[in-house]
Amino acid sequence: MKEKQIELIVQKVMEQLQAKFPSENRVDPVDKGLIFTERDWETSIPKPAFQEGAADLTASTPARIGVWRTGTRPLTKTMLKLQFDHAAAIDAVGGEVLENYLQEFELFTVETCYENKEVYLKRPDKGRVLTDAAVQTIKERCQHRPQAQIVVSDGLSASAVETNLKDVYPALLDSLKLSNLTCGTPFFVKGGRVACMDHIGEILEPEVLVLLIGERPGLVSASSMSAYMCYRPRKGIVESDRNVISNIHPLGTPPVEAGAHIGTVLQKMLEQKTSGVKLEL
Amino acid sequence: MKSSITLLNKTYQFRDLKDILAKANEEKSGDQLAGIAANDAQERLAARHLLSELTLSDIRNNPVLPPEEDEVSRLIEESINEKIYQSIANWTVSELRETLLSDNTTNIEISRIRRGLTSEMAAAAAKIMSNLDLIQAASKIEVVTQCNYPIGHKGTLAGRAQPNHPTDSIQGIKASLYEALSYGIGDAVIGINPVIDTAESVKQILQMTREEIDRFQIPTQNCVLAHVTTQMRAIKNGAPSDLLFQSLTGTEAGNKAFGISIDLLNEANELIQKEGTSHGPNLWYFETGQGSELSSDAHHDIDQVTLESRCYGLAKKYKPFIVNTVVGFIGPEYLYNSKQVIRAGLEDHFMGKLQGIPMGVDVCYTNHMKADQNDMENLAILLGSAGVNFLIGVPMADDCMLNYQSTSFHDIASVRSVLGLRPAPYFEKWLEKLGIFENGRLTERAGDPTIFI
Repeated sequence: MKEKQIELIVQKVMEQLQAKFPSENRVDPVDKGLIFTERDWETSIPKPAFQEGAADLTASTPARIGVWRTGTRPLTKTMLKLQFDHAAAIDAVGGEVLENYLQEFELFTVETCYENKEVYLKRPDKGRVLTDAAVQTIKERCQHRPQAQIVVSDGLSASAVETNLKDVYPALLDSLKLSNLTCGTPFFVKGGRVACMDHIGEILEPEVLVLLIGERPGLVSASSMSAYMCYRPRKGIVESDRNVISNIHPLGTPPVEAGAHIGTVLQKMLEQKTSGVKLEL
Repeated sequence: MKSSITLLNKTYQFRDLKDILAKANEEKSGDQLAGIAANDAQERLAARHLLSELTLSDIRNNPVLPPEEDEVSRLIEESINEKIYQSIANWTVSELRETLLSDNTTNIEISRIRRGLTSEMAAAAAKIMSNLDLIQAASKIEVVTQCNYPIGHKGTLAGRAQPNHPTDSIQGIKASLYEALSYGIGDAVIGINPVIDTAESVKQILQMTREEIDRFQIPTQNCVLAHVTTQMRAIKNGAPSDLLFQSLTGTEAGNKAFGISIDLLNEANELIQKEGTSHGPNLWYFETGQGSELSSDAHHDIDQVTLESRCYGLAKKYKPFIVNTVVGFIGPEYLYNSKQVIRAGLEDHFMGKLQGIPMGVDVCYTNHMKADQNDMENLAILLGSAGVNFLIGVPMADDCMLNYQSTSFHDIASVRSVLGLRPAPYFEKWLEKLGIFENGRLTERAGDPTIFI
C-alpha cells in the first residue's frame, strides 16, 4: 500500500467520522486528518535492557519483532498494522482488473472456465482451460504462430497487474524490439492459472509464450507478479519446462528490470529451442 | 460389510468402504476437488450413519489401500496387537466413539484400545464426532515425550520458536529467536525452516542454535526443517542436531513425491540414534497436513481425513518427540475457509492423540483462504482446551519467509494465560530463573528480546 493510498483512506474515514460526529471538540476543523506512514506504525520496547541493541535486532529481520505488548496481547498499532496488511492481500485476491486499465495497453479480455472467484480458488484445474468463446475469440483476433506471444492474467492478485503492468509491459516490448523478435496479439485472461499457457499454446502455436500473472499475495506485498515463460507451450508440458521470474513488484524485482530480463530469456529460448531446466541462461 | 442404508424410506447406496469414509466427512474442498465428496448434505449424513454402524473388523477387513500395494498400509497393519484387536473387533464405530467419550474411559484405557486400532479406525471415529467430541476425547489423552527435555504434560502448553528469515540470515534468525524466548516460547523446539536446502547452510543454523542453547542453558532442543537427506549430510559433517525433521504423507506414492520412503526413514533413524546430539528417547519431528497426497496425485481416491490419520500411523513407528499438522498451509483447494480449517485442526489433533502421537498444530492460513487471524485465535483456544502439546510461535503470526500466517508469541502466551496452562516444566523453571515468568505469568521483563544480547 502506498503512502498516498493510505492518506486517501485515512482522509475518507476522517470525513465520515466528521459527518457522523460533528462535534467541534472531536475534530479540529483545520486538521487534515490522521496521516500514517510506515514509521507511524512502529512501536518499541519502553525500557529495553540494552537500548542500543534493540535497533540492531529489528534491523536484522523483516519479521515483526520488538513490538512490545499489553499484558499478553500486542499493542493496538501492531495489531491493526497486521490486519491492514492482510486486508490488502484479501482485496488483491478478491479484486478485478478494471477494463479501461487494460484498454490502455490495448488488451482485450477472454476468460477461463473459472466461473467465479469461489470456484477459481477451489478448482485450479478450471483456470487452466479457456472457455469455448475465448478460444473462438483469440482464433479470430490473434495472429497465428507468432514468434513471441504475450498474455496477461489476474491470477491470484488483480492488484499485481494494476501495480506492475505499466512498467513491465513497455520494458518487455522494448526488449523484444531490440532483439528483433516479432510479437503476436497480446490479450488478458480473466481467472487464469499458470498452465493456461498450454491451452493457449495449442491454439496459437507461438514459438515462445510469456504469461504475466498475479502471485498469491503475501503480507510484504499483495501486488507481486510472476512472468512464466515457455518454449512452444503445449498440453502435457511439465513444470520444469517453464522458466519463471517471480516477486516482480516495486520492492522486489523492479518491474522495468523484469520486463527487460524477460526479453533476454525469450531470446535464449528461441536460440536454444528449449526452455525450463534445460535452458542455459 | 453393509454398503447401503435406508433412512426414512430413502435408500443410499455406497460403492465400498472408501466411498463411505469419504462421503462421511464434513465438507472439505479437497474431497470435492478429488471428486469423492458427498453429493449433498443428506448423503453425507447417510454415509455417517452407515459408518457409525460398521464394525472395527469391517474396517480392517476392507482396506482402503491394500497392504500388498502400499508400504504405509503394511506398516499400519503390522503394528496391530492382535489380542487387543480381537477384544474390540466387534465394536461398531459408534461404540468406539461412545467408549472414548465415556467417563469410565481414562488415558490408561485409551492407551490399551490404541494398540488394537488402525489409522482408518481412528479416522472413522473422528468422522462421526462433533467438534466438541473431538476436544473432549483428545483432552483425556496425555502423550509425554522427551528429546533433551520432556514436554506434553497435562496442564502445559509448549511452543515451537519458528524464527525464520527470508535469506537465512543468522543475525535475523537470532533476533526472532530472542523475541520468542522473551515471551516464554521455545520449549517444544527451536526449529528453523531454511530457505537454502544445503548441508552447509543447515549446519550453520544448527551450530548457531546449539551455541545459543548452551550460552543460556535453555532447556530445549534444536532442529532445522530441511529435507531429511540434507539434514543427514549435515549431521555426517558434524552438525549438532537434536532432532531429525521430515514431512510425511499417508501413502507410499505421496512419500515418494516427497523424496522419502520407509527405508530412507529407517536409515535416518539409525543415524540420529548414533550421531544426534540428544539422548532422547524421542528424536523425530514430523509434519503432516490434510491434502498433501492429493496435491501429488497420490491419494488413491481416499479422503484427506483418512490419509492424514495414516500419516500418524506411519509416524508412530519412529516414536516422534513432536508431530504437527500444518493445518491451513496448503490452500483453499483443500481447506476452503476457516470452518474447514478449524474442523481439520481438531480432527488431526484427535486422530494423532488417539494413536499416541505427541500432537501439536500449526494453526495457520494463506491469504487466498477465507480465513483471518480471528479464526486462528479461535482455533488456538479450542486446541488449548483439547490439550494440544504445542503451537507454532511466529513474530506477530506473520512468517516473513514462508509467507503465511500462523500463531504469534503473544497468542501462545495468551492461550496459556486464559486457560491456565504452563510452559513445559523445565522451561518454566528456566524462565523463572531469567525473571521473565513468575507464578504462571509473564513478568514486567518479558517481551524484551534485548535481555539475550
